[in-house]
This record gives sequence, structure tokens and C-alpha cells, in this order.
Amino acid sequence: MTELLQYLVSGTTVGAAYALVALGFTIIYNASDVVNFAQGEFVMLGGMVTFFAWQAGVPLPLAALLAIVAAAVIGVLLNKLAIERAGAAPVVSLIIITIGASIFLRGGAQLVFDKQLHRFPGFSGDEPMNVGGVTILPQGLWVVAVAVMVFVLLYVFFTRTLTGKAILATANNRVAAKLVGINTDYMMSLSFALSAAIGALAGILMTPISLTSYDLGVPFALKGFAAAMLGGMGVPVGALVGGLLLGLIEALTAGLVSSTYKDAVAFIVILVVLFWMPQGLFGRKSMERV
Amino acid sequence: MRLSSKHLTLLILLAIVALAPLAFPSNFYYRIGALAFVNGLAVTGLVILIGFAGQVSLGHAGFAGIGAYTCALAPIYLGLHPALAMLLGTVISAGIAWLIGGPILRLKGYYLGVATLGFGILVSMVLANEVPITGGADGREVPELGLRAALKFIGIDLSNAQFWYAFTALFLLGGAWVASNLHDSAAGRALRALHDSEIAAGTVGVDVARYKLSAFVLSAVYASLSGSLLALMNKFITPDVAGFLHSVELVTMTVLGGAGSVPGAIAGATLLTLLPQALTALQAYEHMILGLIMMLVMIFMRDGLVPTLSRALRGRG
Repeated sequence: MTELLQYLVSGTTVGAAYALVALGFTIIYNASDVVNFAQGEFVMLGGMVTFFAWQAGVPLPLAALLAIVAAAVIGVLLNKLAIERAGAAPVVSLIIITIGASIFLRGGAQLVFDKQLHRFPGFSGDEPMNVGGVTILPQGLWVVAVAVMVFVLLYVFFTRTLTGKAILATANNRVAAKLVGINTDYMMSLSFALSAAIGALAGILMTPISLTSYDLGVPFALKGFAAAMLGGMGVPVGALVGGLLLGLIEALTAGLVSSTYKDAVAFIVILVVLFWMPQGLFGRKSMERV
Repeated sequence: MRLSSKHLTLLILLAIVALAPLAFPSNFYYRIGALAFVNGLAVTGLVILIGFAGQVSLGHAGFAGIGAYTCALAPIYLGLHPALAMLLGTVISAGIAWLIGGPILRLKGYYLGVATLGFGILVSMVLANEVPITGGADGREVPELGLRAALKFIGIDLSNAQFWYAFTALFLLGGAWVASNLHDSAAGRALRALHDSEIAAGTVGVDVARYKLSAFVLSAVYASLSGSLLALMNKFITPDVAGFLHSVELVTMTVLGGAGSVPGAIAGATLLTLLPQALTALQAYEHMILGLIMMLVMIFMRDGLVPTLSRALRGRG
């Protein structure tokens, strides 16, 4: 029983991180209909930039802030230099552009930083807590709390603020948004910055638990994508629930079935969702316009 | 007699393959050439899938992995000759492509990309984790094909690199011939029609699902053969052959030269195979350069290098 609870605890922690990555996917997908395969690289940048700034003597909170800003800037550059210029490119081109960006960022990180695994201490220490036989890392609580907080803030941002509503309007119909005076280019850049910042945040939160290295972007991107699809592409609640579910399924698989193939879970989830419920748990059925 | 552009393309390809060795300063270049042909073969398959039928796959390295590992394992576990193992690999790849293609190809765009990506990663995961059978990440030795010795016996004495240059070139030319014929056939027209609009193609009587599946299976066979050739040529194979990066490289080669044309894609494969060799001094930057090329070509030359350049030349001339 305690073992099962332990799996649930670790699954929730990892799941919260997946939920953050999935939220990042959702924001860009909603704003531009682009699935950003480079999303995982923001997670990597979050962890790596924080570690190297921290190692250079910058206090940890400041280093984390620096990493989030750096990721946001790269996100905006990705939009300005690549996605915006590609215009109405076919999906294959956009897939290749974002994968290209991902390989480029990974190659850059390998060069600027190094190929080692890195970690910095947890925000509230690394002393594990024992709750009824179940070990909980304080950092795990941070991950879950921040994920919930980000979700609530995003909800408020998109439903209560003018800027948030303008992003939604841009996503809905770019021409109409332009006609009512919304600066759609700015809204697109803002979405990329927001999405990159959230990705970086996930990377920073997870580093004390699962370490960071230059090449963790691809697995994070794929799992974030799996989570977003499980919940329903483009639905924020779906991203949150999908992320947590994926984390739990993964932890239970690792504990009860095989830890070697725990990474396969995300893909099997993707395939199952695609075949049997293509709109995900919370998504609306989409219609194709001819 | 007037040559069709298809025959002209194949003749030019043949001439390049036959004449290039005259400019080779050393045996090493035969090996690079053979590598380019092996990649070119897989890429020709992707031209059928991406260029003709308009379906993206980010997991075709998975089929290359199946082809490669069948060549490594079937001779040991089933006692098959490596050439027969190669055949078995294509049968297995075609079978798997047929099985998963049905449901997967109902998906479009990003979803298709991610589903194929998942398939490729599952294959490479199995290859890397089933250590007792596949040797895991350390790789596995592949038996000798033995054809070079047979040729020597009948008086054709080729160096190892020369033999593989010629042998892989045969496969590439054969593959290009099949693909060019397909392009102009009724089936090819059906594929190109569903590329433009599946609904329109279906309306005029094209069996969309069946044609998409055929293209998928055929391209899997190409990828599998390419993997088998790579394994037999190197006499060694690691799970990297099935990895995500290899899948992405194959797709990049396809669109770099121009996904719609067989010679364009072969040019793309050759360029991207030569690039790391030409840039050995910049090896640390290899991934950055690959990523940059992918982005630049897709942003500025959406049809790929060869169609864009030939259009520019024609526009001037």
C-alpha cells in the first residue's frame, strides 16, 4: 500500500512538470496552430542556464529568473526569425522548422555549456519528509504548487485581462483581431515568450529532482505533447489533467511493470489517444472545412 | 529518339555514379559515396510518402532499424544467409508498416508526425533495451554478405569500398527507377491527387486509404533495405540507426533537395551526407549547422534546394 502511495506521489510530481510543458504547447498551439517541437528545449534551457548562473555565484532565485528571461527571449526570437517568416507554410515545413530549432538549440547548449548532468539544491532543502511511510521531497511540493499556481494565473490572464483576451482573439481569427485594432504580431510574440517561460520554469523546478543536461529536451517535448493530446490539444484544463495522468501512468508502469520501458508509456498513450479518442479527454470534436 | 525526362534523369544519375570515381583521390571516397547512396535509397522512399502522397513520417528510421537488425540477427538465430535476411527484413518492415499504417494514416499533419515519431522511438527503445538479443547500446556485429568473394571468384576483383559503392549504387538506381515509374503511373497520379486534397481525390474515385497505405508500406521497404545495406556494409550496427535523429535526418534530406522530385531528394541526401565530412573541423557545430539548414531551407526555399534553384536558373535563361 505504501509502495503504491509512493508511486502516486512521485507520479504527481513528474506529472505536474509534464503539465507545465503541456501548457506551454497549448499556448503556442492556440495562438498560432503551430505545434512547437522545440518546446522541450525551453525546459532544458531553464535548468542549464540556472545551474551555470548559480555556479558562477548568482543567487539561486536570481539565476532562475535569469533563465526564465533567457528562455522567453529565445522563444520570441524563434517566433520572429523562423515561425513568422515561414508564414502560411504547410505543416511538414513547420514540423521541420521547429525540429530544426530544437536541434540547433541542443547543439548550442552542448557547445556553450557542456555534456554533463547537473543539479542545484532544492528550493527548501533536500531533506526528504516522511508522511505515513511515504517519502516526499520538499521540491516535489514546489513543483505541484507552482504548476497549480501557473494554471490559475494563466486562467485569470486569459479570461480577466485585456491582453489575455487579445491573444485568444488572435488565435480565433487573426484577420478579425487585426481589424479591431489588436497588434497580432505582438500577441504572437507574447504567446511564445509566455510558453517558453513556462517551459523554463518546469526545467528549473525539476532539476533538483531529476537533474538537467543538454539533451533532455526531446523526451520532455514528447511527454508534454503526449500530455497535451491526452487532455485535448489546445485546452488548458486538458493540459493540466493530461500531464498529471501521464505522470501517474508512467510512475505506476515503472513501479509495477518495468522501469526500462517507462519512457515508452508516453508513446503508447499518444497512440491509444489518437486511435480511440482523437479529441482527447476535454477537447471538442473538430470539423474539417473543405 | 526523344528521351522522356524520367529516362534522362536516370541516365544522368547513372552517369554521375559511374563517372564520380574518376575524381576520387582515395578509397575513402567510395565509402562516402556508398553512404550517400544508402541514405539516398531511404530518402527516395520518403519522396514517395512525403513528396507524392503528402504524408509526413518522423519514424522511418524505425524501419531502417528493423532492416539492419534483421541482417544482424537472422543469420545467427535462424541460420539465414545475410542476403535472405535482408529480404526477411523487408518483409517484416512491410508487414509492420501495413499493420500500423492502417490506423496511423487516418491521422493528419502534426498527429501523423507524432504517431510515426512514437513508433520510431519504440523501435529504438526495444533495440537499446533488449540487451541479450540486440547487444543493447553497444551494438552488434553483422555477418559478411559474401558477394565480394563470389565476384572475386569469377574474376571481378574489387576493394571492399569499391564493391559497396557499386552494390549500393545498384539499389539506389533501382529504387529511383521504381519511384520515377510510380510517379507517372495511375497510382502515382492518385497519390499526387490525394496530396493536394484527400476529399477531392476521394470524390473522383481514388481509394484514399488504400493508396496512402501502399505508399507507406513501399517507403518502409525502401527504409528497411537502406538499413540492411548500412548494416552489411559496416558489418556493425547500433540502435542509433533507428533513432529519432536518423529519422529527422532522413526527412531533412528529403525536403532539403525537394520532396517532390527523386533526383532532388537524392541530391539532398548526398549533400547532407557529405556535409559532416566536409566540415570535420567544425564537428562541434555539426548539430547547430544541421538545425540551421533545416530552418533556413524551410523558410526561404520551401520547395527544396533543387526545384528552387532550377526555377531560378530557368527564370534567368
